[in-house]
This record gives sequence, structure tokens and C-alpha cells, in this order.
Amino acid sequence: MLVASSPHTIGPVSVQQVMFRVWLATLPGFAALIWFFGWGYLINALLAVSTALVAEAIILRLRRRPILFFLTDGSAVLTAWLLALALPPLAPWWIPVIGALAAIVFAKHLYGGLGNNPFNPAMVGYAVLLVSFPVEMTTRWGMPAALASEAHSLAEAAQVIFAGLRVEQTLVDGMTMATPLDVYKTETALTSAAVVREDPLFSAGWRLYGWEWVSLLYLLGGVVLIWQRVISWHTPVAVLASLALLALVFSWAGDQYMPIDLHLLGGATMLGAFFIATDPVSSATSNRGKLIYGAGIGVLIYVIRTWGNYPDAVAFAVLLMNFAAPLIDHYTRPRAYGEQRT
Amino acid sequence: MNLMRLLRGQAAEPGWFDFPGGIHPPDNKAQSLQTPIAEFPLQAQYVVPVNQHIGALAVPCVTVGDQVLTGQIIAEAAGFISAPAHAPTSGTVTAIEDRPVPHPSGLTVTCIVIQADGQDTWRPRAPWPDWPARSHADLLQRLQEAGVTGLGGASFPTAVKLAADRAHIDTLVVNGAECEPYITADQALIRERAPTLYRGIEVVHKLYDFQRILIGIEDNKPDAIAALHAGLQALPETLRQRCEIRVVPTRYPSGGERQLIWLLTGREVPSGGLPMDLGMLCHNVGTLAAVADAVIEDRPLISRITTLTGDHLRRQGNIEVRLGTSIDALLAWAGLDTAPERLIMGGPMMGFALNEPGLPLVKATNCLLVPTEQELPTPPPAKPCIRCGHCEQVCPASLLPQQLMWFAQSREWDKAEQHRLFDCIECGACAYVCPSHIPLVQYYRAAKGTIHREKAEHQQAERARIRFEARQARLEQEAAEKEARRQQRAQAAKARQSESATAVDKASDPVSEAVERAKAKRTGEQGTPNTAPTANLSAEQLQARLDQQRDRLAKAEAKLADAAPEHRKAMQMTVSKLQQQIQKTEAQLQKAES
Ligand code: SF4
Ligand code: SF4
Repeated sequence: MLVASSPHTIGPVSVQQVMFRVWLATLPGFAALIWFFGWGYLINALLAVSTALVAEAIILRLRRRPILFFLTDGSAVLTAWLLALALPPLAPWWIPVIGALAAIVFAKHLYGGLGNNPFNPAMVGYAVLLVSFPVEMTTRWGMPAALASEAHSLAEAAQVIFAGLRVEQTLVDGMTMATPLDVYKTETALTSAAVVREDPLFSAGWRLYGWEWVSLLYLLGGVVLIWQRVISWHTPVAVLASLALLALVFSWAGDQYMPIDLHLLGGATMLGAFFIATDPVSSATSNRGKLIYGAGIGVLIYVIRTWGNYPDAVAFAVLLMNFAAPLIDHYTRPRAYGEQRT
Repeated sequence: MNLMRLLRGQAAEPGWFDFPGGIHPPDNKAQSLQTPIAEFPLQAQYVVPVNQHIGALAVPCVTVGDQVLTGQIIAEAAGFISAPAHAPTSGTVTAIEDRPVPHPSGLTVTCIVIQADGQDTWRPRAPWPDWPARSHADLLQRLQEAGVTGLGGASFPTAVKLAADRAHIDTLVVNGAECEPYITADQALIRERAPTLYRGIEVVHKLYDFQRILIGIEDNKPDAIAALHAGLQALPETLRQRCEIRVVPTRYPSGGERQLIWLLTGREVPSGGLPMDLGMLCHNVGTLAAVADAVIEDRPLISRITTLTGDHLRRQGNIEVRLGTSIDALLAWAGLDTAPERLIMGGPMMGFALNEPGLPLVKATNCLLVPTEQELPTPPPAKPCIRCGHCEQVCPASLLPQQLMWFAQSREWDKAEQHRLFDCIECGACAYVCPSHIPLVQYYRAAKGTIHREKAEHQQAERARIRFEARQARLEQEAAEKEARRQQRAQAAKARQSESATAVDKASDPVSEAVERAKAKRTGEQGTPNTAPTANLSAEQLQARLDQQRDRLAKAEAKLADAAPEHRKAMQMTVSKLQQQIQKTEAQLQKAES
């Protein structure tokens, strides 16, 4: 007979399911990305995921861990997937590959594998790329479909990604641009906010041509995750609230500070708040801790976007708060039932 | 204030207060509620263990070959926290020997084996239809002799709980929540025997004169709730006004004593404390029914209602069984189809697996669960913790289960304690939701056990140190006295030599001075002055007594380590009392030796 300690029953949720549900929740946003910015995202994602799986398998082998047992937990897939969502869709093929390698090998396995990484692997991969290949990482964003002179096909996207600069320059130029955050920042520096807002990228009724849709669909996916209790609401709400608050407070000088809608919908904010900052492994644990952790990310996103040199700040904000997570945990242990109030 | 409640507009007069965490496992109660409570046929043999309760083991008071009658005491309570055991039926005592019993530690314990004569002849009984006229002391004594213990699973002697200081207890919490999946013993009892339950409440009310009697029950038991309401109408007006039936939402572990108190009153039992500290008593419905039977019918606790459930059983349901019945016989009766993978006493969340055949049913057996692998699959091998925090979201004690696990793994006991390991009620909610299927509770249990053991060892070392230092002080004193005597002799010799006329030095007397010094040192170190009355015992007798007391202390400490959190305080009292006694004896021994 089998003797085990209680409980003798397990809940319906396994690690695979957690990963799978998070992955599912990114799909609406992902579909919008492809819809608005072309097939590059799909190619990126496939490249990143297969690299991650191969790297994970090899490392598990080297570390003499059961390969299938860990490979099937879905964590490597999800890491690579989230990384791919954050990469410029028309970056050369080796960008997602290197990013995924950095994420799996350095950020995950060098720290001991699943559950032991102090930093969010996807964001480590992203940061490594951004620091090492700033040009590829900032100029190869997809041109919103509505702005592009003609819609580009899967084949064209593949050409740009795999053949890189050896294809006609016009093809690359016709398909890529910087992110709206970047555009806004560089252009306001040259002219004024009022002028910039005339730009078709920002001026249509539903501006940014696709970015809001993507962000809102991420938001939707995130809300579903909260509703399914895969993630708790504390981190995303804190990220968004602190970022929105700062954006509101500073919005009096339009020429210097980005408006709130651009902050919330224009960049990777929603992806970061719901899918990156909530990465369980590297965040704070208690509910109060998550609020502080999330608020810290929101503030850092604002600070780096406004006063920093990088176009988007989610990755660095998350990584910086990863540093602080253990400290936050230390100071936010909840009061236990029956424990004296202090 | 809970947001959902506000939204639902229930903010005004809450029927319940939301506790943090909790889970909703499938309740699996329907299958054992199809039939009324059955009666298990009389068996040829019963095996009655002497440790069916928390506290000191009962002491057998029959010998092999004795004829016993149903309900006759066959083992007497020993000590304050203890309960007697009774003959479940009439027959002959055929053996008194160590046998395996259902206990998490897998202990063997003295059991009294009775060969039934098939007559089931009762000992003379004296029902008290006039029980309200009886004195408190009479009622309590009757309860004590009836061997009633908490029937919710913990088996704390009820008479001890009821003997508590009566002055500031004003609320009775009746626990009918039964939140654990599969178990329906309480629900069946309320459904069919609500009047008996109310009788029990009346008896306890007589002892305490409560201001409020809160009956908590989960909302997935409509039949039982209806029975409660019907039963309430039969109560005398004054009592009825103090009774409130509070239907609480179904959520595991609402039936945990601390959680239920929070649900019903919004107050927290202090950490390490008891409901008594809040002026409350908490009793399970089964216990109260047993109280009524014991006091009014003079029927001691010789049977209980047990749920037989799990898909390996053809006949699932509740059954009233005499204590000491063979569990195997019960399962065979219920149509156990094969040799099961698992046999669980209690529910799937907090029960424990029985690993031996041939165990007897005891007072704590509220459920026997024989699940198939499809029903309750064995957890797959654990993955590493992914720090998802799901465990923390469901912890009803607001702990950080994940952190506790890390500390337990890395053996950082002090940190585990700082993170309130001992406030963990081992409900298993965290392990249930853990997507990595980490056996969290197992870690906590192991950690608690080790910490208790280490503390006990530390205390022992501490006592040894005190003993050693006392001895040291004594030796010093002796040395000082000797030295003083030597000096005195030398001085006297000198005095004689010089033939000085002056008398012996009168200003200072080195002997008494040294004695004083040593004495001061000793009392300072021991903390307790040596005022214990020395019974005129020899050193050997004292030593024997000391050994005996240390023995008992070790036993009590071991038990303390195993004790459920709600009984820990009581056990701690016993332990500290024993420690005091030992100190006293040690002091006496020292005196006797010196
Ligand atoms: S539920 Fe399990 S995996 Fe998640 S944080 Fe808790 S222990 Fe870790
Ligand atoms: S077993 Fe302990 S730590 Fe886990 S949920 Fe229950 S009380 Fe919390």
C-alpha cells in the first residue's frame, strides 16, 4: 500500500497548465501583432521557441536532469515566446536566436534552472540584445499596416529577417520603423508636441495604428488570467496605476512629457504589466510585496522612458525590481492569523 | 472588508466574515449521503486501544479473563488530560497487549481485546431525565467517566475542555461546517439526530450559561440546515433566542476551528492560544450529541458515526460503529473490491494513510476513504517551485507557504519560526493548489517535528547545565568551608603561639562568610530558593522519583511534538508542570545528598 502525507489529493492545475494558460492569454495580442505588423512576429516566435527548446534539452542533458520531465513543463517555451513578443518583428534571424540562448542558458540554467532564476529570463535575453545590438533592436519594428504603402507577405518578411541587408534596402525601409514611443520622443525633441500629434501615427481618431489594439488585447488576456487566478491582480494593477499616476502628474508640459495614453498603450506596458512583471519566479511573493514590486516597476518604466536613453523601459524596470524582490519579500511578510498586530 | 461582499450589498449585518485564502475542492459528499445512518452488526472481537484521545494513556483496569459488560470502563483515565475507555460490548477480556493502532506515528499501543458474548448486555445504567437539576460537578464527572472526546478528528477529552474556567466564557461555537471533502458523518448526524445535538447544546449551556450560541454550517448541506432550523423550534424560548444558525459559504477549510471562529465572529484566536482566550468554546456537532447521550442516557462513548466512502467501496454511506471494530471487517462489509492502493483515515485533505491491515476503529475515525486511482490520482513527482504564489493566495493562516518550504528545505529553523511555521494548521490548501505538486505539508510536519525535538534536547542540555552549575557551587562551598576551617586552625595555632590575650577574632567569621557567599551564589543561579518541603525521603528514593518524572516529561514532550496546534497549549502546561516538579525533586535530591 502507498503511504503518503496529507493532502491525498491534488488540485487541477499543473505547471504545464499555468504556462499553457499564460501562453493562451497572449494569443489575442499576438494575433493583433501579426495583423498590424506582419508575419515577422511569427517567424521570431518560432525561431526563439525552437532555439529555447534545443538549448534547454542540451543543458538538461549536461546537467543530467530528466529531459522530458522538464522540457514538457512549458517554461522554456513560454520564456522564448514572451521574448519574441518583445522583439522587433523584422530584426535579423539571429536576434531571437541569441536572445533565446541568453535567456535559457544564462538567465535560467546558470542559476539552477526552473524556479531558481532571480531575473526574468525573457527580459535578460531582451536586455542583452538591446545592449549588444542597439541598431537592430530599435529600427526594425514593423510599419503599421495602415501606414505601409502595401501590405507585405510572409515571404517578404522572411526575406528581410533571413537575408537581412542583402535584400533591397527599399524593402527593409518600406517595412520597418521605430516604435511610437521612440518616434514621439525624437520628434518632440525637434518640434513640439502639437506638431508631433499631427503625425498620422498619432493623429487618427484611434491613433498609433494598431498599437492600442495590441495593448488592449494584452489587457484582455491579462484580465482573463486574473479571473482564472493564474496570476493575482496585485502586480499588474500596481504597475499600471503607478505609471498612469506619474504620467498624469507630469502631463502638464506636453512638450516634455509623453501623454498618458501613449505610456499605457504605446509600448510594451501591457505586455510587461500582465505577462512579464507577473513572472512568478522572479517577483515578490506576498500580496503587499507584489503591490510594492509592481509600483516600483511602474515608476521605473516612467523614469527610464522619460529621462533615460532607451526607447522602452519595461525590460530594465523589471530587471531592476528583480533585484529588489528578495528585499521586498523580507519586509512584507503578511501578518499571520492570530499573530499580534504591531 | 471584503470587496465582493460590498458589491453584493451584504456589508451591513454580516452572517459571516471572510477569511483569507481557502480552496474549493470537489466535495464528493453525495455518494455517502444516499442512505440513512446504518448500524454495523455486532462483531466477535473488539480491540480497544488505550490512547484514543490526546493526553495521558488510559490505564487498563481489567485483567485477562474478566467478564465485562457493555459500557463498562475497562481502562481508567490517568492524569488531568486523559479519558477512559469502555467495553464496546459485553464479553471476555482475552488479551491486553501492544497492537498497532491508527496513529500517524504508526505506534503500537496497549490494547484490550474483548471476545464478545453476543448478548451485548449493558452494565446497569442510570439515565438522568432530570439532568438539569444536577450540579456542575456531577455533570462534568459524568462526562469525564463517559470518555467523550472531540469527534471532529482531534479527540481532545471533552470534559477537560468543559472544565475550563467558567467566568469569562460567553460564546459557544458549534462546528457543523464539515468542510473536508468526502466526509459526511456530521451532516448525516445533523440530518437525523438534530434533537440529540440540541440536547447536547443544552447540557453545555447549563454548564456555562452562554450569551451566544453560534452554529456554523456550510451552505452545501441544505438538508442538515433544514434539520437544524426544525430542531431549533423545539428549544425553550430563552435558549432559542441565544442560538443563531449561521450558514457560511462552502470553502475549505471553513471547518478549521480557527477559521470557523473567524467566519462567525470576525475574531482571531491568538497565535498559540485557544478559543478560550476569546471567551469562546468550540465543539463539533458529533461531540455535542455524544455529550447528550452520555449525560442524559448514561451512554458512554462506545460507538461513533463513520463515513465509509471512496469508489473502491460498493456500499458508501455513514455507519454507526462500536469503537474497537476491525477496520478490515468494516471495509469488507462495505464491499471493498480489491486490495486498495490507499486507505485513508479522515478526509483527503487532512487525513492520514493507514499502512497496516487489522487496525481497530477509534474515537477519531470520522471517515474511512478508499479512493481509486482515478478518483484521487497519486501526485506526479514534484517539480521545482516556480514561485507562482498560488500557495500563498490560498493559505487560510496568511502564511507564505513557499517561503516556509524554502526554510524547511534549507533547515533554517529560526527563519521558519519567524515566518510563523507554528501557525500553520496543516490544512493542505497550499499543497493542493501547488502546480509543481510539491508535498508542502510534509515539509512543514517534518520541520515542526525537528524543531520540537531540538527544543526538547536544548532544554535537556539546559537542565543539565543548571545541575552542573549547582554541583559546582556546592563543591566551591565545600572548598570554601574547608579553606576557612584550615585558616581558622592556623589562626588558632598562631594565637596560641603568640599567646595573645585577645579572644578569637570576633569581627569576621570566615566560615559563615564563605557559606553565605556560596549560598547567595547558588540561589541566584538556581532561580528557585530551596524552600521545597523535604519529605523525609532517602537519596535513592528521590533519585527514583526523579527518573520517573524525567521519563514522564520525555513522554509528554514527545506527545507535545505530535499534538495538534489546538491542544498544544494544554500539553505545554503539563510539560511545564512536570519540569517544575523535576526541578523541585532535583533540589531535594541535592539537599539529601549534601
Ligand atoms: S504553489 Fe507551489 S510552485 Fe507555486 S509558489 Fe507555492 S510552492 Fe511554489
Ligand atoms: S497547510 Fe499551513 S501553510 Fe499550507 S495553506 Fe494550510 S495553513 Fe497555510
